[in-house]
Amino acid sequence: MSTLHTVNKSPFATGSLESCLAHCKDGDAVLMIEDGVYGGLAGTAVADLVQQKAGSVAIYVLSADTQARGLAADKLLQGIKGVDYDGFVDLVADHDRTQSWL
Amino acid sequence: MSEIKKFLYVNRKAPYGTIYALESLEVVLIGAAFEQDVSLAFLDDGVFQLTKGQNTDGIGIKNFSPTYRALGDYEVTKLYVEQESLDERGLTLDDLQAVVYEDEDDDWEEKPSIRVVSRAEMADIMADQDVVLSF
Amino acid sequence: MDYDVNGTTIAADEEGYITNLSEWSKELADVIAVNEKIDMNEEHWEVVNFLRDYYEEYQIAPAVRVLIKSVKKTMGKEKGNNKYMYELFPYGPAKQACKIAGLPKPTGCV
Repeated sequence: MSTLHTVNKSPFATGSLESCLAHCKDGDAVLMIEDGVYGGLAGTAVADLVQQKAGSVAIYVLSADTQARGLAADKLLQGIKGVDYDGFVDLVADHDRTQSWL
Repeated sequence: MSEIKKFLYVNRKAPYGTIYALESLEVVLIGAAFEQDVSLAFLDDGVFQLTKGQNTDGIGIKNFSPTYRALGDYEVTKLYVEQESLDERGLTLDDLQAVVYEDEDDDWEEKPSIRVVSRAEMADIMADQDVVLSF
Repeated sequence: MDYDVNGTTIAADEEGYITNLSEWSKELADVIAVNEKIDMNEEHWEVVNFLRDYYEEYQIAPAVRVLIKSVKKTMGKEKGNNKYMYELFPYGPAKQACKIAGLPKPTGCV
């Protein structure tokens, strides 16, 4: 039993990513979408927090959203995987529930 | 009738700055007709939805805080409030309005609907649901 | 669809719910009731007043099943049942009684 969490807000604007990570269980997945993808950047104030969680939780970014914002793959934290829209659908299907952090 | 599912409404926004809180409450009231196993979670700024003493006369928006007290009539009796979210905002349970329900299985005794839980317990509650609706 | 009460116009929406709740009066209730083809007696008023009290306390018009359950609790099972309520308000207690009580359409009522 696991949950897919989606985060669509920048971690520098709201506490949604932090709150999401604080409520994730081991084996869950976090997918950053829209402005949420800024949470995947390396060298930010939340990078350590995300990196730390990446050990027990799979972390994804929606590639269309990173590309739109000009975030190249080498700017993202190690271990974060990019997915396309089909990958998004697969993630939803592969988890028992989806929870949006708005 | 299909089998009963566990629905959790997650409330993370303060009441009047955005429409989320009111929308959530309306969906809960409408959804109550489907007789599912409903719980509400209040965390982050969502805990502000339940504070006492709200008076919206000056802002031209309806004060919907009394409506939470009607949830018991709609058989919505589990309002989980996160302790850490209260702490971070300098709030205690005393700052929240009392919300009660009458327990049909216990001679209609009046019982509190608000249950304060830790962040870890909240994570467990979330992981135990069939459907999570976020506001 | 507006109402006329002794020469004063009270605005209502297309279904006949008044738009400004503070314009309600007992005289208006009688006008709405006539429009709904309901001859108001003490029993109708009891339900209308119950709804107004409920709204005052909780800021919502209750769904029918909640209304009936609450009436049963406060006025007993002779009144807190579908048959009694629909005899008083044949087109639906929540809908018609709320309209007469000057409240919005119950949440979740279509």
